[in-house]
Amino acid sequence: MRDKGRIIIGLVIFLILITFPVWYNVARGKAGYVPQLEKPATVKQCVRDTSFMKAHHMDLLDEWRDRVVRKGEVMDIDMAGKPVEMSLTRTCLGCHHNREAFCNRCHSYMDVSPYCWDCHVDPKETK
Amino acid sequence: MKLFISLLAVLVLIILPLILVANGGDSIRYLFGVIVPYVGIAVFLFGIIYRVLHWARSPVPFRIVTTCGQQRSLPWIKSSKLENPHTIWGVLGRMLLEVLCFRSLFRNTKVELHEGPKLAYGADKWLWAAGLAFHWSLLIIFLRHFKYFAEPVPYFVTVIQNLDGFFQVGLPILYITDIIVVVALTYIFLRRVFVPQVRYISLPADYFALFLLLGITISGIVVRYFFKTDIVGVKELGTGLLSFHPVVPASIGVSFFIHLFLVSCLLMYFPFSKLMHMGGVFLSPTRNLVNNSRAKRHINPWNYPVKVHTYEEYEDEFREVMRAAGLPLEKE
Amino acid sequence: MAEKILPPEELGRVDYSPPKKSWMDPKVEFRKGTFNYGAVPSSTSYLDLPFSRKWQPTDDDWQLPDNWKEIILNGLKDRLKKYRSLKVFMDICVRCGACADKCHFYIGSGDPKNMPVLRAELLRSVYRNDFTTAGKLLGKLAGGRKLTKEIIKEWFYYFYQCTECRRCSVFCPYGIDTAEITMMGRELLNLLGLDIDWITTPAANCFRTGNHLGIQPHGFKDSVEFAVDDLEEITGIRVEAPINKKGAEVLFIVPSADYFGDPHYFGFLGYLALLHEIGLDYTFSTFASEGGNFGLFHSAEMMKRLNAKMYMEAKRLGVKWILGGECGHMWRVIHQYMDTVNGPADFLEVPVSPITGTRFEHAASTKMIHIAEFTADLIKHGKLNLDKSRNDQWRVTFHDSCNPARAMGLLEEPRFILNSVCNHFYEMPENTIREQTFCCGSGAGLGTDENFEMRMRGGLPRANAVKYVQEQHDVNMLCCICAIDKATLPPLMDYWVPGIQVGALHELVGNALVMKGEKERVTDMRSNPLPGKEVTVDA
Repeated sequence: MRDKGRIIIGLVIFLILITFPVWYNVARGKAGYVPQLEKPATVKQCVRDTSFMKAHHMDLLDEWRDRVVRKGEVMDIDMAGKPVEMSLTRTCLGCHHNREAFCNRCHSYMDVSPYCWDCHVDPKETK
Repeated sequence: MKLFISLLAVLVLIILPLILVANGGDSIRYLFGVIVPYVGIAVFLFGIIYRVLHWARSPVPFRIVTTCGQQRSLPWIKSSKLENPHTIWGVLGRMLLEVLCFRSLFRNTKVELHEGPKLAYGADKWLWAAGLAFHWSLLIIFLRHFKYFAEPVPYFVTVIQNLDGFFQVGLPILYITDIIVVVALTYIFLRRVFVPQVRYISLPADYFALFLLLGITISGIVVRYFFKTDIVGVKELGTGLLSFHPVVPASIGVSFFIHLFLVSCLLMYFPFSKLMHMGGVFLSPTRNLVNNSRAKRHINPWNYPVKVHTYEEYEDEFREVMRAAGLPLEKE
Repeated sequence: MAEKILPPEELGRVDYSPPKKSWMDPKVEFRKGTFNYGAVPSSTSYLDLPFSRKWQPTDDDWQLPDNWKEIILNGLKDRLKKYRSLKVFMDICVRCGACADKCHFYIGSGDPKNMPVLRAELLRSVYRNDFTTAGKLLGKLAGGRKLTKEIIKEWFYYFYQCTECRRCSVFCPYGIDTAEITMMGRELLNLLGLDIDWITTPAANCFRTGNHLGIQPHGFKDSVEFAVDDLEEITGIRVEAPINKKGAEVLFIVPSADYFGDPHYFGFLGYLALLHEIGLDYTFSTFASEGGNFGLFHSAEMMKRLNAKMYMEAKRLGVKWILGGECGHMWRVIHQYMDTVNGPADFLEVPVSPITGTRFEHAASTKMIHIAEFTADLIKHGKLNLDKSRNDQWRVTFHDSCNPARAMGLLEEPRFILNSVCNHFYEMPENTIREQTFCCGSGAGLGTDENFEMRMRGGLPRANAVKYVQEQHDVNMLCCICAIDKATLPPLMDYWVPGIQVGALHELVGNALVMKGEKERVTDMRSNPLPGKEVTVDA
């Protein structure tokens, strides 16, 4: 008994399953999609440099929250040495006006659902 | 000795991208980000196909089912449909139990010899539990990683990662499988080192596979929780690779390259190692056959005629004594 | 009995800590009591086996042919091509060690090379060295060993310290079956003329006379007639036991020890009584006078050569189907090999019990059923008048033989029969019965006196489980359905658990069976007085 047929069927199923993302991307036609972010028109520099922000913005926000809520501090120093208020709503959204076009694009690309917005509101959206 | 050679080998695999990518230019990043992963994927896929077809080239001459329960014989005797399957559905069930639940390993016992002598058998589920925990965690982690390759992220991946991060501890949220996989691998490793019999049977390859897997899981954890990198760039690399338009965004850090290189090494190592038990378990003739060899003839493709002793030869030799004993004869 | 063996208390102190030296060192010491003698040239040449010569494992020079290495490597290559089992089992073991303490030889000897995983590694290491890329490049680092004469000696020692019982394969997460490895290992050794006598001489006998014991046709007839006389003395009924009768409905094939060995013989009396009582039209055969098949322990080819007699004789005698007696490895052959190697048996009919009308569909192709299946069916249909009290002298436990348990699944039939024929039946602990049953330690051709110490070691787990029920339930009878068991369990019991008798399932059936027209029975099949029928001698 060789069961060649069954073995080949098994192999094909395995290959289809393991290469799922390939044909899934082809079917959805979004393989080349990379989220483009809407950058603030006026301000050129964030509170930290861009590469740090890309990997660690959540750490910074976490740190700010702890300092504001638990230690009662208000201000941080940005990379240019200027004081900056530790506030998601006022500082971050102050420049990045459109949460949808900035935060959410990457978050949905990476399937991340931060719980910032469980409490914070985007003032413009509530209107 | 065997252990240290393997550890050394994996350390080299970690240091290599660490030094080269950190100091190299774009071409080195392209090598580790595109070429090596492509080679890994190709070797993995073609290697597995080659190995399975290589096994398939040899036939299964006999129906050598290991029966672990009552056969189907008389209608009033309850047969064990899964442990001793008499239909293809039974085999399917048996294989599913084996592959998804490690049925056979679940039977594991530990023997103890006391003075007398007196033997005692105790259930020993640790190996089963660790094995199951490790394999399932690895599968879940593997599926979670689909989000780096598929756009938009498929729904089932979202469901899996939400379940995996159910406790919502930490930032980023801690995945339970990250903990389980390391704990289980560590248990399996310590067992190999500290159980004298298991240490005695271990080969360098056994340690190497464990170190490599530990390296991959730990480097993955490091990238996620400690030396974070731009994961949007990582996904750009992932989707780029799978759509054959690879780009290596400059924002990806070294920590990720270590993780990716170790995974690529695993992919290349996999088809030529004991890790092929993943495919082999499906081809194991003691498990994947129906125990019906008396009801239905099993064909052996190389069954060849052999020299036998015929009745005629037998009677020729013993005719006189048979006649004297009054036994019937073919030729008087 | 071997000349010197340690007392049980000492033999039972087993050290499981592995030795300092790596298992890759093949050196073995052929110590008396732990190995089997080489085959005599008269047997190997009778069977046309290669390199027939006089040799012993204790010889320094095994007189291997010049191209021995080539023979082994080509033989291995050939078998990898023929057996997917071998190929897959060579590749996928992860050395998890779950099999280690499942082997009775490991439990009884503590020798790490008796762990199934290492037994397989003995062959696997050579496979890796010569058949895998990693092994060719990295050699020892990849777990490879270069084939040497020392390795051949090591193989011989350890592949004849495995009884092919398949207990390890129940526990292996990938179902790796050491019996397959051992069979291949033995076939390779046989290519160099390294056969053992306890297998080859019975095989040669069987090839010539039809049975392992070398009993010639007239001797067979004498044995059967002797049994008929004995049965008449016990029951008062003279049964007919036809031999070589053409046109009988059923050909009945039993292992030769059944009509020649003790305690097998009492079960043979049981068969005769039962088949007479139900009036089955059957015949024995002198040509196919062996159910067992020592060829299985030699090679697939020898198994086929010996097995061929069953169908050839069934065809010559013109029977409708075949009934098989109590034997373990015989049923491995019949259930898993016979139809494949010597079928199709299209000249036979699907077995139907003429007494109950039951059609044994599960044997629709092979056309051979086990006597336990046949008898269980009779009892279930109320065709037998059974007096359980005639087995009240026995407190019985049941030993599942490896092959019917793990290569067939014949578990409930014998238990149903036992519960129908005796009042006192007790199971041994669950890790030692059914699919987890422990081997007698003497199967697969290892039941020789020269191998006595190893047999006692290998039989320790079985004996220990019997001891448990002896202590708990005063068990005094170990019932089994295997000819090798019946031959080798008595000395095993005497050594580890004195006071246990070994008996056949159909001995107990014969005791309980109330036959039409029988005289008042005063003795059992062993001609021992029945309970309450002891003759009291007045002073």
